[in-house]
Amino acid sequence: MSTAAAQQETKWWSGGRSPFNASYGKVMMWYFLMSDAFTFGAFLISYGTIRFSQNFWTDPNQVFNSFPGFGHQDLPLAFVSLMTFILIASSVTMVLAVHEGHKMNRKGVEKYMLLTIIGGFAFLGCQAWEWTHLLTGEHVALLNDGTLSVLPTTTRMNPWGSAVPHEAIIAALQKTPQDQLVNIASTIHHEGAAHNVAEMSNTQLVDMIQAAGVHVNHTGPIAFGGYFFGITGFHGFHVFSGVVINVIMYIKTKLGHFDQRGHYEMIEKAGLYWHFVDLVWVFVFLCFYLI
Amino acid sequence: MSEHTITSPEITFAHAPSEGTGRIWKIFWLLSFITVIELVLGFGLAKHWYGDPETSHTAILFVKGVICILSFAKAFYIVSVFMHLGDEIRNMIMTIVVPLCLFIWFIIAFLWDGNSWKELRNRYNGTPAPIEKTTPAAKEKGAKD
Repeated sequence: MSTAAAQQETKWWSGGRSPFNASYGKVMMWYFLMSDAFTFGAFLISYGTIRFSQNFWTDPNQVFNSFPGFGHQDLPLAFVSLMTFILIASSVTMVLAVHEGHKMNRKGVEKYMLLTIIGGFAFLGCQAWEWTHLLTGEHVALLNDGTLSVLPTTTRMNPWGSAVPHEAIIAALQKTPQDQLVNIASTIHHEGAAHNVAEMSNTQLVDMIQAAGVHVNHTGPIAFGGYFFGITGFHGFHVFSGVVINVIMYIKTKLGHFDQRGHYEMIEKAGLYWHFVDLVWVFVFLCFYLI
Repeated sequence: MSEHTITSPEITFAHAPSEGTGRIWKIFWLLSFITVIELVLGFGLAKHWYGDPETSHTAILFVKGVICILSFAKAFYIVSVFMHLGDEIRNMIMTIVVPLCLFIWFIIAFLWDGNSWKELRNRYNGTPAPIEKTTPAAKEKGAKD
């Protein structure tokens, strides 16, 4: 091996070989990921700054407490732990794909890349469900003008302030206009009950809402939705691009490109990106759901 | 198994050939275990400690601190084992890890800043927050006399 002999003669930093003993592509992937870590870090720290600057912050356990198929049961952390385990599992299948790549085992790489891609899609599906649930959810909130209204969780609306005491709800109901009373009443009778709320009188509506014991919050900090959708969206976009990269790697493996090249280093680089996505999720999970 | 392949002409020596998958699975179980502990603590916060006025603020902060440390442990294992950074040579590791030390300043400075906004706002805003309505105002009056 003449090239190897030539390399032995040069010093670490005189060119001809990597001082880090790693290929250019891999080193640059690491530096890209480091800069991306600062981007995510800046987002999360900015979220922390705003949260620290408020006297009240929305309790995540109130917002993220539902699980598909379990209706209105209070299940904090359940759905997000499912998402976390999906991502950990897909991280493991990714590292197993890299491992098979080291052994030049094409079938193994294909199998584990496919599992990783499935994990990625499963995670994205979960996130789509969660976003839809928040954006279309209906929660009764006490607005600043003293009336009640039905709000979803968006970048401009946050129905997750502190709880409103019973007497204040009754007072607010007297001020609330008819159209909002109809909205509130129809959120109560989601399930079955064929009350024709649109034809009920104002007092009937107020009585019905009072009898149902509706849970009402003040409006919460507006920044909550923006940060939540912004950061989980940016993370979800990373997951999506990771899935796209993994699909390309899967196709290239299937076509035998890496066997021709003699190594599976591209799988390693894609793996670095995928693990980074998992790593970021650790901190998104920490900042938005756990604490 | 064949010898570990050298993937690029710049690379002078191949990494130690990877052993079996034992280490990967060990880390998987470790990560899962840490996540379960985090979830148990988070569930405790959600169901018992968070809204309960009898729980001291310091206790909640302590639990949250433990959760943060566990998350950092997870991050360490993902980076060093799954991303194989631990297997790279020292100089390479340092070029990644040393810049990340900026986060120490970044986090402390900006959370401090946020907290300072809150205190300034509560002190000088026309409508102080309901929680701190009485005591600081009374104290300031007393101090002026």
